[in-house]
Amino acid sequence: MGKVKGILGKNAVPILFAVICALGVYYSGTGIPTILADLVNRFDRNALLVLSLILPVISGMGLNFGIVLGAMSGQVGLILVSIWEIPGLAGILAAMAIAALVAALCGFLAGKMLNQTKGQEMITSMILGFFSNGVYQFIFLFVAGGVIHFTSDILLSTGIGIKNTLEMGTMQYALDNIQIGGFSTKVDMFTALVFFGALFTAYYLFRVLVKKNRERKYWIRLIVSAVLIPAGLIGGQMKALNMYKMMVRVPVSTYLLLFGACVLVQAFTKTKLGQDMRAVGHDRHVAASSGIHVDKVRIQAIIISTVMAALGQIIFYQNLGTIDTYYGHEKVGTYCVAAILIGGASVRKATIGQAILGTLLFHLLFNVSPLAAQNLFSNSMVGGYFRMTICYGVIAISLILHTWRSHVDRQKKSEEV
Amino acid sequence: MAENTPVLSMKNIGKAFSGNQVLQDVSLDIMPGEIYALCGENGAGKSTLMNILFGMPVIAATGGYTGKIYLEGEETHIKSPQEAIEHGIGMVHQEFMLIPGFSVGENIKLNREPLKNGALSRVFGKSLRNVDFDKIREDSKQALDKLGVELDPEADVQTLPVGYMQFVEIARELDKSSIKLLILDEPTAVLAESEAEIVLGIIKRLSQMGIAVLLITHRIGEIMEVADTVTILRDGVNVKTMKIADTTSGEIAELMVGRELVASENRERSEHEDENKEVAISIRNMKVDMPGERVNGIDLDVYKGEILGIGGLAGQGKLGIANGIMGVYPTTGEITVFGQPLKLNSPKDSIAAKLAFVSEDRKRQGFAPDLSIELNMVVPAMANHDEFFKKIGPFRQVDRKKVQETAEKYIQEFQIRCTGPKQEVRSLSGGNQQKVCIAKAILLKPDVLLVSEPTRGIDIGAKSIVLETISRINRETGVTIIFTSSELGELRQICHRIAIVSGGRVADVLKPDASNEEFGLAMGGGK
Repeated sequence: MGKVKGILGKNAVPILFAVICALGVYYSGTGIPTILADLVNRFDRNALLVLSLILPVISGMGLNFGIVLGAMSGQVGLILVSIWEIPGLAGILAAMAIAALVAALCGFLAGKMLNQTKGQEMITSMILGFFSNGVYQFIFLFVAGGVIHFTSDILLSTGIGIKNTLEMGTMQYALDNIQIGGFSTKVDMFTALVFFGALFTAYYLFRVLVKKNRERKYWIRLIVSAVLIPAGLIGGQMKALNMYKMMVRVPVSTYLLLFGACVLVQAFTKTKLGQDMRAVGHDRHVAASSGIHVDKVRIQAIIISTVMAALGQIIFYQNLGTIDTYYGHEKVGTYCVAAILIGGASVRKATIGQAILGTLLFHLLFNVSPLAAQNLFSNSMVGGYFRMTICYGVIAISLILHTWRSHVDRQKKSEEV
Repeated sequence: MAENTPVLSMKNIGKAFSGNQVLQDVSLDIMPGEIYALCGENGAGKSTLMNILFGMPVIAATGGYTGKIYLEGEETHIKSPQEAIEHGIGMVHQEFMLIPGFSVGENIKLNREPLKNGALSRVFGKSLRNVDFDKIREDSKQALDKLGVELDPEADVQTLPVGYMQFVEIARELDKSSIKLLILDEPTAVLAESEAEIVLGIIKRLSQMGIAVLLITHRIGEIMEVADTVTILRDGVNVKTMKIADTTSGEIAELMVGRELVASENRERSEHEDENKEVAISIRNMKVDMPGERVNGIDLDVYKGEILGIGGLAGQGKLGIANGIMGVYPTTGEITVFGQPLKLNSPKDSIAAKLAFVSEDRKRQGFAPDLSIELNMVVPAMANHDEFFKKIGPFRQVDRKKVQETAEKYIQEFQIRCTGPKQEVRSLSGGNQQKVCIAKAILLKPDVLLVSEPTRGIDIGAKSIVLETISRINRETGVTIIFTSSELGELRQICHRIAIVSGGRVADVLKPDASNEEFGLAMGGGK
């Protein structure tokens, strides 16, 4: 009983939002296949952005609202590629290369600045996002065409400034829908289930057999992964699930990329640099006095985070199809922070699992809440507001719940001793 | 031959900070395996000497030092801590250098983690090599075994008792290869006596392994117990170096302070009054849930005007009593103050009942480090008694003049060494911080003053001033004092009665001139 209570308490935030999500799904009146199809897309778009928040948290820098800088860098890459008219997958890859460079530079500068304001990283990175938005607008509204003269379809008719929205053209789905030998990598959900079931089984077999991670959680994960394979095989044959098979299509290539990113982050935390980040995150002063270059480690964490966010933003747009040149990046910080918080992360602790769970819950909520609100209040205006309230409310509620939680923990600790 | 070459030999070391000579002609020789104690009051030059030895940048930045340092007979000029470590010198600082969320092993190997190649390092290069957690476990187990300490390398350091944190620190130094000299800066300052015993045992063990130990400490008892040689510094001068076998603790104390320690005679207790004394605080069946200092049902009467000492071994609950009375930790039971029942678990009510508390947790509960001395002194009185205000129309203003005058009065009375009432408390020495805390409590004009461990971590000179102050306040104002301390000597010096706590209960209440045997028995829990 006590154990159950402990689990409930520890995961209060995700559980609360899972309940809200369930209610939302119920009241929205939308069919599960539609919601699932949308969720698969949204996860594909946002997961990498949310993952990019993990390393700064580990390094003790809180939630990095500065991923807005990364998002901008991603858009810089996409805009340049649009000007140069590089099509398809090549365009995406070129945009990623450019964005990574720009993001690394931005991350370096942001890291330098955050080192001057230790202890206030979150608010600093948030304001930094606003400031760089100004610089970004200056460049693309004025410098592009106004100072640097060139002709391109994406310029406004005056010849100065980039258009508000840009069509991705052939770059849309370039990553999601890679053709291999005439077969699309975008497959129905049951095929994807079998594929990823096999992949995860292989991964956890590797962990259990080669890496000797014999804790119970690895066994459970191994079994769950293995079960996915027959589930996919059987599900694909069932007539009752035909709707799912038709509507839910999973872009396997992008999901593979996301899986790779997770493995990389996981592997990274086990390296010397990852260990240094943890040390810095726990206690800066002790880390410094044992010879760890604290400032350098912090800058590295921010650079990696910003670069990941830049790539994440590109994945986002290749799925969405149109670039919102001036507003697309603005909300990235708050949305991603809200997502990871829903997953159960806090300003001091964040894991890959929390990022993934949070992305799923947040976007499920984001998807169903307008419709649910509309049905509940029979007013279509409410829906849009409802969404915003949910997003900012999430941040507030989960921060409060975490504070409450750590208070309870502290009390419990003092009782135990 | 090797036996006769000192590991470390410092000759005629001198150092001046902007014309102010803080070290002059200090020399010492430490043999392999020797336990060498260095003692002296705060400000005697111990830290400066260690900074020079450890190559701290502050020394070079202020013009370097004079004299010569020889390591195993070779003249060396250590320019950075890194170099000192390479030469086999290790240092355990007074504050713990431990990462709270890391395991014992990770802390021992902090920033010296054994690495191995992994997938990432093969692609991205050396800086992404994997940490070898298996090797961390093995190595740290070895280091801990060398110390003779039973400790799981995978335990989270946060959950350990303070004493064990100290072991982890020592194990870390020991794990550094080729360590020849270990400097321990006040290793027992924050430890209870029982934990300190273990640390002393470890020091002896190190010496048997051939590692020289330079022990910096205030506790003369420890020096007598473990050291081979002692050097006393006073005002930057090497006062005397002696073999322990040829000296007594009295002599060391005398040399350290420079004046003979007068055992303050506060024994004119009126023993015949014992019978018809008024009870100031009466405690019945009090239980306090203080982590590590649990109180399991205490009955105790405190008489008006006395100094009641509370002693006992660490972890037995003596600290819990004062904290319980003040409502700092969850408490149950009955407490009456001068006949009035006290509302439990409410510090505000305890203060309103004219109780004042000088906490043992000086750094966290004692004062606001960034505020000035004067503000620290008067804020509780402002908040609880509405003092130090003047009225201007409907507004109340802080009466700055009165605040300053009050602060100056206490600075003089308690001999607080500072630049003035505006100085930040953070920058004062431990002893002077403690005096600010006591002044703060007295400004509440309490009927009962609770003082816990006021001499913890402060040097012997400041110690005697603090003790004298407490004793004098009691004499002059007649305030009742509950004085908690883990040092029996202190209790016997100033208290009228001493309650010894064991296992969360009062084992016995003794006269200060009771025999050592009686005290020993009470601490052991038996009557």
